[in-house]
Amino acid sequence: MTQGTLDTLRERFSADGLPAEIALGTLVVHVAAPAMHAFAAKLKSESGFDMLLDVTAIDWPGRDPRFDVVWHFYSTHEHVRVRVKTAVTEGSPVVPSLTKLYGSAAFMERECHDMYGIAFDGNDDLRPILLYEGFVGHPLRKDYPKDREQPLVPYRTP
Amino acid sequence: MMARPATIPIARADARSGAFEYVTTKKDELIGWARKFSLFPYPFVTACCAMEFMAVSSSPYDTDRFGAALPRFSPRQADLLMVVGTVTHKQAPILRKVYEQMCEPKWVMAFGVCATSGGFYQNYAAVQGIDRVIPVDVYIPGCPPRPEMVIDGIMQLQQKIATASHPILTERF
Amino acid sequence: MKLPPLTSLPNPVKSAFAPSGEGGPVIVNIGPSHPATHGTVQIIAELDGERVLRTDVHCGYLHRGFEKECESHTWHTVIPYVDRLNYVSALINDFAYCEGVERLLGIEITPRCRYLRTLLSEYSRLVDHLTCVAAGLMELGAMTAFLYLVMIRDYMYEHIADLTGARVTYSYGRIGGLARDLPAGWLTRLAEILDRYEVFIARVHGLVDRNRIFIDRMRDVGVLTTAAAIDYGYTGPILRSTGAPRDLRRDTPYLAYAELDFDIPVGIKGDNYDRYFVRMREMDESVYMIRQLMEMLPEGPVDVVDHRCMFPDKALVYTEIESLINHFKLVMDGPAVPAGEVYVAHESPNGELGFYLVSTGGGIPHKVHVRAPSFVHMGGVHTMLNGYQLADIVPTFGSVNMIGGECDR
Repeated sequence: MTQGTLDTLRERFSADGLPAEIALGTLVVHVAAPAMHAFAAKLKSESGFDMLLDVTAIDWPGRDPRFDVVWHFYSTHEHVRVRVKTAVTEGSPVVPSLTKLYGSAAFMERECHDMYGIAFDGNDDLRPILLYEGFVGHPLRKDYPKDREQPLVPYRTP
Repeated sequence: MMARPATIPIARADARSGAFEYVTTKKDELIGWARKFSLFPYPFVTACCAMEFMAVSSSPYDTDRFGAALPRFSPRQADLLMVVGTVTHKQAPILRKVYEQMCEPKWVMAFGVCATSGGFYQNYAAVQGIDRVIPVDVYIPGCPPRPEMVIDGIMQLQQKIATASHPILTERF
Repeated sequence: MKLPPLTSLPNPVKSAFAPSGEGGPVIVNIGPSHPATHGTVQIIAELDGERVLRTDVHCGYLHRGFEKECESHTWHTVIPYVDRLNYVSALINDFAYCEGVERLLGIEITPRCRYLRTLLSEYSRLVDHLTCVAAGLMELGAMTAFLYLVMIRDYMYEHIADLTGARVTYSYGRIGGLARDLPAGWLTRLAEILDRYEVFIARVHGLVDRNRIFIDRMRDVGVLTTAAAIDYGYTGPILRSTGAPRDLRRDTPYLAYAELDFDIPVGIKGDNYDRYFVRMREMDESVYMIRQLMEMLPEGPVDVVDHRCMFPDKALVYTEIESLINHFKLVMDGPAVPAGEVYVAHESPNGELGFYLVSTGGGIPHKVHVRAPSFVHMGGVHTMLNGYQLADIVPTFGSVNMIGGECDR
């Protein structure tokens, strides 16, 4: 992760009006949710971030907007990573889907939807992937109690 | 001189002779011996315990010495369901289905703490012990258990199988 | 007690495609309890005779709630959970996670710890590749090769048990160092095991490499192009087998990899044979790296001296009040990691294993997210299965090395 490349990218994003900082060796950019698809397309075509590493979300229960959706991108040529964050509210946790840009987005968005309830606009296959059909709720939200089991097979007395 | 008894006593229906019991005990021992040394495990493998399952099936720990080497991946052909690793709620219906598809006699071994009691995954996802879903005959704790523990578990199961009684013949007589 | 009847068992997944009626393609369900799905993956395949038209891969049968568990444990007590992610190479998970927390804390580990972690990472890579190749070969019917490789793996398990106390999942990494230093004679035994490894690997090469049956089953099967690989997020040996020499140990060096001399094996076609061969060559490179590290290992302490995260010496805990309170706070509240986020990625045997840690300043993490290579790879495995035969699903799936603990977390 070369500092020079990160600095250049940070200046470019700041020039575009996007808050960007370098924290612990990674460039972090904050984007508004509706602009995410266009920003990701630009990252892929102009800045050479050809691999989507990860899509996840963070739940900040006391805060409004409640969720931070976080993407990590990697450039296989420059060997740098960038973290893109966007904030969405609990009432409307919708972000654009990146399935048209990256094939790896499909499964990762399904997982994020499973765990946090984030809806990905443009991904029409948001079936449960880590959870199962019939599971109610989103376990990684802070208000889901850890021990609440929803058994598919009724328990027997041993 | 004593008079001869008027009638000769007939053997009653519930009277047992020692010779008969000898035969039925030996029959039970024979069946137990045959079953315990010809276990066909169905390795219901899910998680990390699979590594120790592979190790216990290979040298130097070898389950082949106990006759329990050949895994049968069809429940119809297996008699020992080894549940190796964590069973989650998503997996539980499949575990029930596989158990139901096995024919009698069948035994269940809970391999590892996750199968025994849920392990340290006390949350929404893991079944807290497979005995909440199917009946279990032997529990092998460990995370994952050392191969020696697995062999000990197999030997205890063999003990259980060998000392089981098989009430055929004895009831009908 | 009577168990509830079978017909009332619910189906945990919904398939992406439904049966199309008479005379159409047949839909076959493979898994999730299947010998060749490496644990718990379900593949619903639509077949036209023997040819696979479409596949729908369902993972998640081993979702054990890792992230939720981490949110109620201290930074230290998360380490056993982290081990059980990629349980075939557990040490790499430990070290990647510990490095993440160390970055948040701003700790620099000691030189001996750095080299030891590198050595043990490569050792774990050996164990992982041995397991993957062994399982893959066994599924093709090469039982002898499986037994050879598992025997070497068993020597390594016992050897690591001498160091860490456990054979498979170790909890050996600590924030700021390692659980303990090497015992006496450990490196001698390591040299012996590496020599035995070379004997056995030569036998496996002889049995398998130019075997007609093996080549027929693995060559040109499960082909992945570099562009598709990058699009679907493939990293690690699978990406390298397509011809792209991408390796985090070379591209973004961490631990002591910048000082080591090693090659990056790449494949030519991206098929199953290349994946097998890339893993075999990577094992040889790992052995070479371990031998270099055994020479380079410096003396010195293995743990940093930092009261924020390291436990004080037990003799002091029992005699001094400051150490007692330090120990107490570390156990009860956990190390107070400064607020912030970090993403640390190591080159695990499956690819880029990333830990995204979010701290709010307390002893309990706010979020521990794993970028699991196996999970991302599952998203693209249908490209390697579609169009090939039903029997090719087994070796292709085996060559992807899906580890359930990591895929489903």
